[in-house]
Amino acid sequence: MAKLRKHSVDRRNFLRSAAAGTAAIVAGTGGAQAQQVQTQAQATRPAGAPLLARETDPPSTVEVLTADRPGSDFMVDVIKSLGFEYICANPGSSFRALHESIVTYGGNSKPEFITCCHEESSIAMAHGYAKVEGKPLLVMAHGTVGLQHASMAIYNAYCDRAPVYVIVGNSIDAAARRPGVEWAHSVQDAAAMVRDYIKWDDLPVSLTHFAESAVRAYKIAMTPPMMPVLLVADGDLQESPVSEKTKLHIPKLGQLAPSQGDVSAVAEVAKLLVAAENPVILADRAARTAAGMKLLVELAETLQAPVIDQGGRMNFPSRHPLNQTEAGRGLIANADLILGLEVSDFWGTVNNFKDQQEKSWRPITKSGVKLVSITASDVYKSNYQEFQRYPEVDLAISGDSEATLPSLIEACKRQLTGDRKRVLEDRGKKLAAAHEAAKERTRTEAAYAWDASPISTARMAAEIWGQVKDKDWSLVSGGGWSHRLWNFDKYYQFIGGSGGAGVGYGAPASVGAALANKKYGRLSVSIQNDGDLMYAPGVLWTAAHHHIPLLAVMHNNRAYHQEVMHIQRMGNRHQRGVTNAGVGTTLLDPNIDFATIARGMGVHGEGPISDPKDLGPALKRAIEVVQKGEPALVDVVTQPR
Amino acid sequence: MRVLLLVGMAWTLAAQTAPPAGNAQKGRQLFQSDGCYQCHGREAQGGLGTGPRLAPRPIPFAQLSKYVRQPTGQMPPYTGKIVSDQDLADIYAFLQAQPQPPPAKSIPLLNN
Ligand code: HEC
Ligand SMILES: Cc1ncc(C[n+]2csc(CCOP(=O)(O)OP(=O)(O)O)c2C)c(N)n1
Repeated sequence: MAKLRKHSVDRRNFLRSAAAGTAAIVAGTGGAQAQQVQTQAQATRPAGAPLLARETDPPSTVEVLTADRPGSDFMVDVIKSLGFEYICANPGSSFRALHESIVTYGGNSKPEFITCCHEESSIAMAHGYAKVEGKPLLVMAHGTVGLQHASMAIYNAYCDRAPVYVIVGNSIDAAARRPGVEWAHSVQDAAAMVRDYIKWDDLPVSLTHFAESAVRAYKIAMTPPMMPVLLVADGDLQESPVSEKTKLHIPKLGQLAPSQGDVSAVAEVAKLLVAAENPVILADRAARTAAGMKLLVELAETLQAPVIDQGGRMNFPSRHPLNQTEAGRGLIANADLILGLEVSDFWGTVNNFKDQQEKSWRPITKSGVKLVSITASDVYKSNYQEFQRYPEVDLAISGDSEATLPSLIEACKRQLTGDRKRVLEDRGKKLAAAHEAAKERTRTEAAYAWDASPISTARMAAEIWGQVKDKDWSLVSGGGWSHRLWNFDKYYQFIGGSGGAGVGYGAPASVGAALANKKYGRLSVSIQNDGDLMYAPGVLWTAAHHHIPLLAVMHNNRAYHQEVMHIQRMGNRHQRGVTNAGVGTTLLDPNIDFATIARGMGVHGEGPISDPKDLGPALKRAIEVVQKGEPALVDVVTQPR
Repeated sequence: MRVLLLVGMAWTLAAQTAPPAGNAQKGRQLFQSDGCYQCHGREAQGGLGTGPRLAPRPIPFAQLSKYVRQPTGQMPPYTGKIVSDQDLADIYAFLQAQPQPPPAKSIPLLNN
């Protein structure tokens, strides 16, 4: 027998069970920044009994067709209290009330709705944004099909220790579901699908519960190791009206401080660092903020020790004399002490693994080397294996690197005697000379195939650098030669990579990062792989629609090139022909016309450019567009790598 | 010890042998179709993180052909079954024919 949903009935149920809840709410208020929402009220449906009551109560005589104060309005109050600037979402009916509340009740401002064409794009945009802005934006998605689309991007953000905040819609009450699609889009436990690679999730069953969990989720996401979090917003909770009388409480989000390494362990490391003849500092996701980069420079200069920047974040100025990234392997081989700061693959850094028929590995390091790690990420989940092979570290300090650096620097300074300082200064001079020599070698290498067509990746990086170097630029995706040739000296000039190597990250993450860079007037630049863009090119439209300035320069090698090399390897290994590596791995016949795709999405598009002489002028024209506040794409047909 | 010596002698002999005649034009094609370009670049200029530069002025032919057949690092092996000695000679001719690049100092874009 069909039953009509009667909001008057819901209200009666609410009043019956609200008293106890209200008392608790009143008792719980009083925090300095806690917010009391006067106009909105308690959820209509506390879990449990009311569901039963709804089915047994006699139908009310008047069908209620409107609600002045849907629960979703209160959710918007909560969302606003957390300071989200944007919401990235592809629309879905499971969060239709929340959607409407955001754009109307919330005034579509802080947060502003960013229309995304794929949930993977929504998440990767949030991922890129978070690394520039240092805080999350909000993503909304269907709890089923939307989250399924979003899941790979969530995995990337998890691996990359990025705070991504997701609210998914779902319809918990089976009796309230519209027949047909809403059933297909409902799920018992929405978060289950991604629980292996998020830090926390919840399914609030009341608005008070929603408020607390929303603030808690923010706190959890923003505490290193930062990771994605997920809340399920029940459709009924969003759409049911709230009483005007009840005050609802939004808990305050206090200040958050990351964990620091144990004091005595830090003192021990300082001793080792100062005494070491050939120490090496590895930095992967070491700097979370601009302050982290400055601290790393101070540590390196205090010790006159080389830094190898593994590029998980913008850790160390590229032209600092102690930046020895080019010399990486040789330094590691010669090191007597290696300090790893938020290094995601320590084992892989100190070992050489050969991908031949018989897998083999050997240490790169000399015997007796001491390995020390400082990381907030020594906390693992079991299923996904992104934690990498077990490194035999002598001293593993659990704590956030950036937060631990001040005490480590102080401890090192305390250890330094005048004599030791002179020795370290000599080491610093040698390293500075090595840095200069490496720079010369790199430039010489960049000149090979300078005039080649397809265009060499070194030439492409040099051409872009020529156009952006005097502007306030930010490289939001890609790297390669730009890291070898460009002068990176500000934190926002690089944001690291995908984390989980789930391809399809680059395009949306760069649009998200450009969105964050927009208000600072920075020129966002991405080096955009062709295969990556083809997963979800709709994000170009999002950039055009929301006037997000971004210069996307295609590294168009017309292939899933990484995979071309893998198939080649198998062909060689199996010795039965080596000319088929392009089958299933290349993006030829027809060649993809990315400039036309861009124009079709409302983005300035140029190319394909195969002659290196044409590249500089095309970049110049595109940058003019970007500096007017719009996205532009230049399609460059390149050498493979 | 004896084994090592023998290997050493064989290598010296091979290194002294002049490279067999090869066709650079054909070598360029083979460099693409056999997949060398994937890791070493279409002009053998090297690929970032994938393979070192091989030209111009390639290593001696004997050394090259030994490495290709029996690589000691990450490079996949090309046995005689899949790339003939003549193919390697053609590839070698291609590598030798590659032009010297302009000096980096003469390229303004590489000096800023
Ligand atoms: C899948 C990638 C890959 C492919 C394909 C490949 N190489 Fe290599 N090659 C490498 C790497 C990487 C090295 C560096 C040494 C190592 O790790 O094996 C190398 C090294 C070499 C060397 C030694 C260079 C030196 O200075 O000692 C030669 C010669 C060479 N390759 C020739 C070739 C030729 C010729 C082909 C095609 C027939 C080819 N390679 C195909 C990856 C590759
Ligand atoms: C989601 C996903 N699918 C497939 C892969 C396997 N994969 C690794 S690299 C790669 C090719 C990427 O192509 P492109 O972005 O053009 O970069 P290229 O390798 O050509 O430099 C693929 C398909 C992956 N890592 N992630």
